Amino acid sequence: MAIDQDAAVSGPGVPGGNAVPRRLHPLTPVARGWKAMALVIAVFGQHAARTNETRLGAAVAGSVFVAALLWGLLSWAFTVYRIEADDLRIDSGVLFRRTRHVHLGRLQAVDVVRPFIARLLGLAELKLQVAGGDSAEGSLAYVREADAQALRAELLARAAGVRPDAGEAPERPLVVVPMPVLIGSVLLSFGTWMFLVPSFVLIGFAIGTHSSALLLGFIPLLIAAWQFSVGRVLRYFDFTLSESADGLRLAHGLIEHRHQTVPPGRVQAVRLVQPLLWRPKGWVRVEVNIAGYGHREDNEHQESTLLPVAPRAVALGVLGRILPDVDVDAVPLTPVPKRARWHSPVRRLGMRCGADDKVFVARRGVLRRETDVIPHAKVQSVRRTQGPFERLLGLATVHLDSTPGPVHVTASLRDSVEAARLVDEQAERSRIGRRGEGPHRWSAASGGSPEGNRR
Amino acid sequence: MDHALAPPEAAWHPVSEQLFRVRRFVLLVVAVPLGVAGAVVGGIFVGTWLAGLIGGLLAVVLVWAVVALRRNQRSWRYAERADDLLIAHGVMWRRLVVVPYGRMQFVDVTAGPVERRFGIAKIKLHTASAATDAVVRGLPPEEAARLRDRLAERGEARSAGL
Repeated sequence: MAIDQDAAVSGPGVPGGNAVPRRLHPLTPVARGWKAMALVIAVFGQHAARTNETRLGAAVAGSVFVAALLWGLLSWAFTVYRIEADDLRIDSGVLFRRTRHVHLGRLQAVDVVRPFIARLLGLAELKLQVAGGDSAEGSLAYVREADAQALRAELLARAAGVRPDAGEAPERPLVVVPMPVLIGSVLLSFGTWMFLVPSFVLIGFAIGTHSSALLLGFIPLLIAAWQFSVGRVLRYFDFTLSESADGLRLAHGLIEHRHQTVPPGRVQAVRLVQPLLWRPKGWVRVEVNIAGYGHREDNEHQESTLLPVAPRAVALGVLGRILPDVDVDAVPLTPVPKRARWHSPVRRLGMRCGADDKVFVARRGVLRRETDVIPHAKVQSVRRTQGPFERLLGLATVHLDSTPGPVHVTASLRDSVEAARLVDEQAERSRIGRRGEGPHRWSAASGGSPEGNRR
Repeated sequence: MDHALAPPEAAWHPVSEQLFRVRRFVLLVVAVPLGVAGAVVGGIFVGTWLAGLIGGLLAVVLVWAVVALRRNQRSWRYAERADDLLIAHGVMWRRLVVVPYGRMQFVDVTAGPVERRFGIAKIKLHTASAATDAVVRGLPPEEAARLRDRLAERGEARSAGL
């Protein structure tokens, strides 16, 4: 850890409740445990109804309910959080005490998530994504919505290096995804129909033969069909991407509402995805790698989606906000050598790569097109791999490694001499790029030594 | 050496031959008893010709495997440049990884019981990317410790924010 040189900035003179222990909202056990409680009540209720042992059922369900509530209250009582100079400190655990320090200098993103039940109770979960480690995130579940917002503003201000009482930075909407476009984009996806069509066939068959047991066996398929169609619309409902001094803000969701803040310079790599059926409309999806998000394998990287659907020009405009002075279309791309057809006769047609002085761009895909963009400064390591067949053809593949996430930048099947040059040049470009990187505290660009604040 | 895998200004270090010996040891310890048991069982229940066949096959495979292990050990090499560490290895599947010192998050030095016995260790560099596959196998423990310290020192000096 860096020497705590910021203690002076946020000493006792600065308002904002330094090191004052605070508790989560008392309704936290309810918001957290309602699913388990509902399950227990349902199971025992059913059992009681079937066997007429109403009293026993009620007694068991009741005692489980009370025990769960007591445990929830106990763990609530033992959970305390406070903001100490440069850390968010969370103490928790009834039997095994655990203290977690979330270092704000390494803050990668802040999410305010409001699941359905929590919304009914006026609560929200605050999630802090920190770089490094698998479970490096800090989570405050649940606090009052207003508190979540105030906390987010304070934590971001501290992470940015401005006064913690600066308040929330004003935001300006960049893109709003209209409902018809969102629904259209879902309808024009293969994934949607891949699950929907079999589901419809199945439901029709089940109705025709009056065999509901059949449906039970295919519940996973029905869930997937729901997730890929209606679920996606609900998830990205009212998707708004805005810009503020604290970075990009994403807000979306009808049932579970999610609000993400990604500070400047935190995007590690970007991918533009263009499924085949979106091409006539000129739509693309934008996915990003952000350190801290990539560890969880939820379906289709919900947290990593910067824009679920947008016209290409709009997406490029957003890209220009994330990566200033970068014009992806202006980067000269070169195709792979013709002899690559012996390796991948069709896929080679879509493979392109190239670089300018800011970013490396790799394109791939004949039907579904993907364009990966990584700033030189964000490259973690460069790899060159060559299998026996590739070597026979004098080809090699270059990987530019990024933090975990949906984007993997790969320049496949390059001429092996060119690949060797590419590795060398990329190492050099990344070295220069790292030197030109902005400070870790995005508002502390002027004054002080930015080096001291890094890491 | 393949030009493409050898940036000219870099001075490559080989790894210890003990890496080959460890792997040969493990191979023999596992494969020979299994093969002998197979040959004996085959010889008792089917006939001596099967025992001879299994024995012959085992011998051929072992010779091939030992040669492959030797070539693989010789393919391992690393080079320290001013700003990054280069690691190359592989005979059939070749790979080269360039890890900038400023991108290293931490460095692991590990040695299993057999490796310790043979006097080698493994050093692994971790970056913020899970895909970075930067391992140097077969280093003498003193060399591994020296490399680790040098890497840590250079990483500190060139550390960059994410």
